[in-house]
Formats: sequence, C-alpha cells, structure tokens
Amino acid sequence: MTSATRLPAPLARATARIGSSTLLRHLVFALLGLVIVILVLENTSQFRNAQFASMAYLGIAAGGLTVLTGLNGQLSLGHGALMAIGAYTTALFYQTPEPPLPMIGVLLAATVVTLVVGAVVGIAAARLHGPYIAGATLALAIAVPGIALFFNNTLGGEQGLNVLVPDIPEWFADAVFFITANEVSTSKYIGYIGWFCLIVTFVLLANLSRSRVGRIWRAVRDDEVAAEIAGINLGRARVLAFVVSAAAAGLAGAVMAMAVRITAPTGFTLTLSLTLLTAVVLGGLGSLLGALIGAALLTFLPQVVTGVGRDAGLSDLQAAELSPLVYGLTMVLVILLAPAGIVGSIRGAWRRRKESAGSLG
Amino acid sequence: MQQFLTITLTGLTLGMVYAAFALALVLIWRSTRIVNFAQAPMAMITTYVALVLIDAGFSYWIGFAAALLSGLVLGAVIERVVIRPVEGKAHINAVILTLGLFIVIHALAAVIFGSRFRSFPAPFGLRGFQAGDVNIALTGFGIFTIVSVLVVMALLVALFRYTNLGLMMRASAFNQEVARLLGVKVGRMLTLGWALAALVGSLSGLLIAGGSLVHPSYMDSVVVYGFVAAVLGGLDSPLGAVIGGLLLGVSLSFVSGYVGSELVALASLVILMLVLLLRPGGLFSHAAERRV
Amino acid sequence: MKKWSRKLALVTSAVTTGALVAACGAGQDPDEGGGGASDVGITEDKITIGAHFPLTGVAAPGYSEIPTGARAYFDYVNANGGVDGREIEYIVRDDAYNPTQTSQVTNELVLQDEIFAMVGGLGTPTHSAVVDFLNSEKVPDLFVASGSLQWGDDPESKPYTFGWQPDYEIEGKIIGQYVAENMPDAKVGLFLQDDDLGVDSEKGVRRYLDDQIVAVERYTSGNTDVAPQIAGLAAKDVDLVLGFNTPSYTALSQLVSQKLNFNPEWFYSSIGSDPALVGSLLSEFSEGAIKDGAGALDGVLTSEYIPGVDTPDNEWTQLWQKVWDEHGEKGELTNYRVYGMSHAYAFVQALQAAGPDPTRDGIVDALEQVGTELEGPQLAPFRYSEDSHLGISGVQLVEIKGTSTEELTPVLVTDIGDAPIEEDTSNQADDVPPDDGLPAVEPVG
Repeated sequence: MTSATRLPAPLARATARIGSSTLLRHLVFALLGLVIVILVLENTSQFRNAQFASMAYLGIAAGGLTVLTGLNGQLSLGHGALMAIGAYTTALFYQTPEPPLPMIGVLLAATVVTLVVGAVVGIAAARLHGPYIAGATLALAIAVPGIALFFNNTLGGEQGLNVLVPDIPEWFADAVFFITANEVSTSKYIGYIGWFCLIVTFVLLANLSRSRVGRIWRAVRDDEVAAEIAGINLGRARVLAFVVSAAAAGLAGAVMAMAVRITAPTGFTLTLSLTLLTAVVLGGLGSLLGALIGAALLTFLPQVVTGVGRDAGLSDLQAAELSPLVYGLTMVLVILLAPAGIVGSIRGAWRRRKESAGSLG
Repeated sequence: MQQFLTITLTGLTLGMVYAAFALALVLIWRSTRIVNFAQAPMAMITTYVALVLIDAGFSYWIGFAAALLSGLVLGAVIERVVIRPVEGKAHINAVILTLGLFIVIHALAAVIFGSRFRSFPAPFGLRGFQAGDVNIALTGFGIFTIVSVLVVMALLVALFRYTNLGLMMRASAFNQEVARLLGVKVGRMLTLGWALAALVGSLSGLLIAGGSLVHPSYMDSVVVYGFVAAVLGGLDSPLGAVIGGLLLGVSLSFVSGYVGSELVALASLVILMLVLLLRPGGLFSHAAERRV
Repeated sequence: MKKWSRKLALVTSAVTTGALVAACGAGQDPDEGGGGASDVGITEDKITIGAHFPLTGVAAPGYSEIPTGARAYFDYVNANGGVDGREIEYIVRDDAYNPTQTSQVTNELVLQDEIFAMVGGLGTPTHSAVVDFLNSEKVPDLFVASGSLQWGDDPESKPYTFGWQPDYEIEGKIIGQYVAENMPDAKVGLFLQDDDLGVDSEKGVRRYLDDQIVAVERYTSGNTDVAPQIAGLAAKDVDLVLGFNTPSYTALSQLVSQKLNFNPEWFYSSIGSDPALVGSLLSEFSEGAIKDGAGALDGVLTSEYIPGVDTPDNEWTQLWQKVWDEHGEKGELTNYRVYGMSHAYAFVQALQAAGPDPTRDGIVDALEQVGTELEGPQLAPFRYSEDSHLGISGVQLVEIKGTSTEELTPVLVTDIGDAPIEEDTSNQADDVPPDDGLPAVEPVG
C-alpha cells in the first residue's frame, strides 16, 4: 500500500532518515513531548502543576522498574527504598539556602549514589529469581527507612529533613516569560524539572531497550539456559539492568524531594514500592508508555475514587481506603485477565487486527 | 544478665510466631511453588473475624476457632478462584497476583473494620514469672505460643509423612502429571494445601495479636520476617521453617536489644542475603539446586 | 513501519514549529498567584477552612476523632446563624501521618479547595512539611495541633502560623518541677517519642530534673515493639517514668511493663494519657492481668489544659456534650472530640475578632492583638502577641482515678526558656461558656 501523501524530496529524505534511526526517532518524540509539556504546564493551575510534578517522578521510577521487570524479568519490590536514597541525598544537599552544588549537580549526585547502592543490591540479587528476589527487595523496602531512623542526627529521624528548594534561576524565569508571558511559580518550576528529567530518562531507556543491551536483557528473561549457551553473561546483564533502573529510581527520588519539600521515612513505605509495581503492571510490563500511563493513573485516580466514595456516603476514612482497594483490585484483574497490561493488550489487539486484515487482503 | 535473659526469651517467643508464619509459606510453596505474599493480610483478616466475635461477647476460644476456620475457607477460596488461573504460568504473574491481593485485603479490612488500633485478648496471662530476683520474661501466653506452634508442626509432619492424604499432596506438588495419572485429584490437593497454609497463617496472626495491638497493618512486617525465616530453613522443609523462625527471632531480638530497634529490618535483610549467597537452599534443603 | 514513522516525523515537525510560533510571546492568562488575595476562600455567605489529619494509619487512634469534634461545633455555629452571616465550610483531608501525603493534601486544600485558612493541621513531622508553603502562600495557619515550639517561637519567619496547645517544653518544665519538688529522691526514666515531642519535652524536663534522670529511652512511632525500651528502663531500676508519647504507646508501655514485672510510678504528659482511649486500647486483655476500661491508668499522673469528659460537671464539658448530642456523628463524646471543639471555638473567636469582612492578614493581626484576653475552655491564657505565636501558657497536674481525675496542683503557667513557673492569676480556668454556647468577641479596632 503506497502512502497517499507525496512529500517534497528533501523533506522525504529527512523523514526517512528520522524513521530509520532509532536515536533520531526518540529525539523527535522527546521534542514533541517537551512541547506538550510546556503547553500543558502553562495552561493549567498551580495545583495541577504540582500533580504533574508527582506524575513525573512516579513516571521516572516506573520507567526504570518496567525496564527491569518487564525486559529483564527481575521483580523488584524495593524501588521505593531506592527512591528514598535519591531523595535523602538531595535533601542533604538542600539543607541550607546556599547549596554547594548547582541543581544539575545535585540531581546527578543523587542518581550516582543510588546507582552505587543499586549495584551492590543488584550483584547480591543477580543469582536470585522469582520469589526470592521479590522477598529480598521487599526486605530492602522495609529496611531502608529504618536506617534513616537510626542515624537520626544526620538524617532527621522520624521528622525527616526539610528540603529548601533553591530559588528559580533568573534565566529560566525570563525564558518562560519570553515564550509564554507567564510567571513561574515554584510548583511549575518543579514540574518543568521533573518532566525534563523524565524525557531525558525515557530517551535513554528507550534507546537501551532497542539496543543490543535490551535484546540481551530480554534473552536472559526468556530463557536463561539458551542465553548462557549463546555466550551471554547472565550476572552482568542482570546487574546492569538493576543498576539502570536504580539510577532512574534515584533521579525520581531527587525530584520527589523537591516536589514534596520534605523527606521522611514515612514517605517511603512499602506502599510506595507496591504502588510503583501497580503502575507498571497496569500500564504493561516492559513498555515505557505503559509506565507513563500507570503513573498518570496513580496520580489522578485516587482523588477521583475518593470523591466517588465520599459521594456514595462512605466516611472520610473509608473513602480514603477505597483508592488502594480499587487499584489493588485492578492489579489482580489485570494479571488474571490481561497480563500484558493496557499498552500490551492494545498492542496485541492491534497486531491481531493487522494480521487478520493482512491474511485477508 | 537480666537483660540477656529477657532478650533471649522475647526472641524465642517471637521466633515461634515467625516460625508459624514461615510454616504457612512453606506449605504453599511445597504444594504450588508460589510464595504467598498475601498470607499476612489473610491472617490479619481472620484475626479481625475473631475480634468481631469476641466483641459480640463470645469467649476467646470461640473466636480462636472461628479465626482458624475462616482461615481454612479463605485459603481454599483464594486458591480456587484467584490463583488457579496462573498456576503453571510465569512465576512473575503469581507473585504480582499475591501482591495485588495483599493490597486488596489490606484495604478491605480497613474499610470494613476501620483502622483503629484494637487490643486483643491473650489467654493464660500476660505477667512474666519471677524466680527470686530474676525476672523471667516468659508469660503464660508466651508458653502457649511455643506449645501451639510445636503441636501444629508435629501434626503437619505427621500428615505429610504418615497419611495417605499427605502422600497425595506431596505427589501433586512434586509432579502434577504423574500424580494425575495415578488417580490423585491434583486440583483438590492444591486447594487443600492453601487451606491448611492459611489455617497455620491464621494461627500465627492470633499469636502475634495476643497481648498486642491489632490494626490492618500489624502483620505487614511479619511477611518479610516469615519469608526470611522460611528461606533460612529452606522453603521445602517444615522443620526448617520452625528452626529458621527461632533463629531469626532470637537474632533480631538481639539486634533490637543491643543495637537499636530501627535496624531490625536491615538485620533481617542482611541475614537473608547471607543465606541466599552462601546456602541458597536453606539450612535443611532437600531439593538439589538448579545450576546452569 | 518505516512509512508510519515517516508520517509521524512529519507531523511532529509541523506541530512543533507551529506550537512554538503560536506560543511565542502570546500572552496567556497569568496563573493565579500565591495568596495575599484577601478574598480567597471567603464570600458573602461562606468561609472555607480546612486541615490535614491522620484518619488512617498508625497515629489515627484518637487523632482521627479531633476533626469530628471540630465539625460538630462548626455545624452548631452554622445552625445558629454562622459568623457574621457566613457559614463555615470545613474540609478535612487524610494524610495518614505521612509527611509526603500531607504535602499533597495541603496542595489540594490551598490550591484546589482554596481555603481561607488552615485550622488545626495535626502532627509535628507532618505539619513541618507544609508550614513553609503555607507561610509563603500567606495562608493563615491557625492552631496547629501539635506542641512543637516551631509553630510559635519565631513569628518573624512564620508570621501566619499559630500554635494552640501548651508546647511540649513548658509541659516538660512544669512536670519536671513538680517531680523535683515532690519526689526529690526518685530515680527518673524518660520514655520519649523520637521527634520534637521527645526533644522539646526533654529540654523542659531537664531544667529541673537533670541529675535525677538515670535513663532515657526513645521509640519511633510506627514500630510497636517497645520491649527493648522498657527493658532498658527496668535495667536502670527506675522509680518513676515520665512518658512523652502518643496514646498507643501508653498502652504498649503499660503492657510490656506487665510482662517484665516492672512497676514504677508513671507520669504521662497530656498527649498520651486519655484514660478512655488507653483503657479501650487495653480493654481486651485477659482477666486479671490488666483491668479493663479506664482502671488501666489508676494512679498515673498527668497534665491537663482543657476540661474533658473526666470532669463531666464542668460547664464547658456540658456545652460540648450538648453540641455533640445535637450535631455529632455516632459514637461517644471523647477527649479528642473535646479538643476539636475547643480549638474550633477559638477559631470562631478569631474570626469574630477579625471583623465583618475578614482578610487573611486581618485575622492574623486580630489574634496577635486580642489573643491573650480570649475567654474559652483553656485553663491558662494564650500567649499570642507580636513576639510569640505560642498557645496555651500552662497546665494543671492531676492524678487519674478511674474515669475521673484529682487535682494535684493549681494551674501553673510559664513560657519557653528559663521563664519561671508561676501560679496562674488570670482566672482563665474560671471562665464559663456563654449561655448559647457561641462566643461573642468584639472586632478588633
């Protein structure tokens, strides 16, 4: 079937180049994403901006997790703990109004610290599979907040550490004003930072996923024996996957620290890790788009569900518990009925339609 | 000296409870090769069933029996309805499923029973004994805990080793195809395995609750410690679960008493990692490892 | 696949260029800026306020009842005409005692629900997460439900925030002095929550008891195993334990002490000593071991700053009972609900003081001006002024006997730091409620 549109020659060559190169394609998507982000952030209220910031950091962590669990088959229940590490690192830098590093440095530091911890955990976990790695990362999820409590002098104990977000830099406020004639509130600023980090992370993850490394990860997931026979070092592949996803979680934690303005042990409970897993499962294991969808659902759905519950006459308490009930239930139903998640199921259905259309046509 | 004694005894009693929970995990693992992370909220909800009855005026033992019975039923229902479709498929699906159940049962309990902290009765008394100057931190209830877990373990061992039913359950776990060929109703054996496991889990829930505060999250940390205990002893071995539980209970009690209670979870993680790295099959492993 | 990508790339470039061109310099509606606008949350006939509370989670016992009491009182006021013709809309959001969630629900309250003021946000770690946000958005942050010093000792940096209950430090001081005078030979142990509650209380206590303290044990809220802490106190042979902890931990400490045969005298600060709640927490325990009901805390010493259900003849308690009977949800009147009603009463007073057209800055000024004179259920006067936003200035020490209490001292007042402790001469404790239960405060000049 030929395309109906006829493009002028130079444009056709350009789009062909973009179409065939993975990196360029991802960069184009990234640019498109950035534009959408600007449009959305500038046209919504401060409250929504804050919600979008939440969605951004959940998305970054979910992206890392979906790559680890979906592509490499390692189930981690400890990503909440890894986010905590990134968050606390960031908080430690932002204890004074004059931080020693510029923001990009702080974000990098948080990512690197978490990456190192991820390497340690990943090496230990590389020999585990199935329920063992789930159990070990579950223990991690519970153990890390305890560390913050133990070292309560530096890490703030149960009250946690307040995060003094640095002032919006002049050049940024001016740039935004130039483009959109709008002021920049703190919530919007954090929203921009979060989404910028998300776009960068997703481009990197998408590239990795389509590259040789991604194929190795999938091979390890699908059949260990065959992969090893083919010369793949199982341990190294697994550790790399864990490290990459840990770095993403660390970055997510850093953004979270700035968005929430406090890092305390109660912000990183087991529920956070389970929430991330739910996001990933709902969206579809292995799909970055799915991770984004899952993050969106988890940011915006609880309010809706709680509202419905309250209107239906439940007490405040019961309405508050309704949202975990709904997303737990959805997770169970998804695994039973549509294990590929939203994105996976849609892709599967689309592929089946194409195949049946192709076989007829 | 007093502190050492107190810490050891506390650790032993607590260890017994972890042992009970680990037993439940081992039972499910042996029958269906799944780790049931939802075991904790299942136990929590059966404890609430008991609490409802006790509130209504019935005696502790009626509540106790009701909790165990509802555990039996709950385990059977969950296996048949929710878990059956994913048995035999990718491991990861089953794990995620049990985690989803964890969230659902948790939230359900909070909606139905409320989040208030409730106290829970403990028969046989909560006073420690006094031997001269030394205070023995073992309560009547603590002794009941130890005895009941040992009894249950003995019953399970007897079931598996000496009865026909136990033989059929072991056969179904070992090789479903062959068992089916030999006339074993494999499906029923699996359901029975989950039902028994849930019953043991309910027992552990009641033992933890006694003399303590009950609320929807009270069993959450036990799932980790029970898991570590089960792995420590070997996921295939009921005896290992008990020994593992005791060892873990005492070690964690020492960490809590001498180092700091915040590091207990970290200590359990370290123990888990050590076991998995040095002796992945656990202390009492039967099955040979799969090596590639 | 290639053709699809090509089309997509073309579309992408077109959209990008178009959007950038369209967005450049296009003046869109400016964001609603932060607060300062005096008409946020208030209209001719309604004023909207809200707060965050732990309705679920570890800290929920007791605390989740506070907003039900406040709501009942606000409903009572609304049923009697409201304040200056305005109905009070009270929005409560759950933060599960989790500072991350507090941040999110506070965002909702301020940016989406557009509250005029936050009234009674609960919890030290939780409210710490949002106090700077509220102040930078210029939202009045009234009557924080926590005794930490940070809500009132620095009005320069937090001009919109006001405490309400006596802060932990002055409570510690008064308790410490009582012990030093009445039990000078006792070996004292401290049982502290591991946050501002413990830190501030310890600071106050140490002013008077420094050399009598032989053991200090801390617990973290959320971890219900306090056996190591109690064992630590027992190991030092403590005669008297001062507990600065939440009610669940009062129950747990009592229970564990049973088990270890540890029988010191107990002194719990007001925050953790509600006999009804602790009694209900302990009520299920086995026969003989711990008597059920309120007998659980017999002989325990504690402090009080508002009359509660343990003094049913007090006129304020009778007013609260009437309000609860008329407007409360199901359940009994408890001390937590009384707490809610008491600070709701204070808010109505503040609103009246702010005049018929209150503004956010106006209500802050009004409180600073008339705070110390406000008549209400509190046993000691407020300390509100330009220099201090700290709340009730003192407590009364009592001994629990069954469900009621016996006074040990008169109302004692002091301030943070080395201010001396004196008997209160303001007769605040003798205030009676107005006949109709509604305050009538003159608007400030």
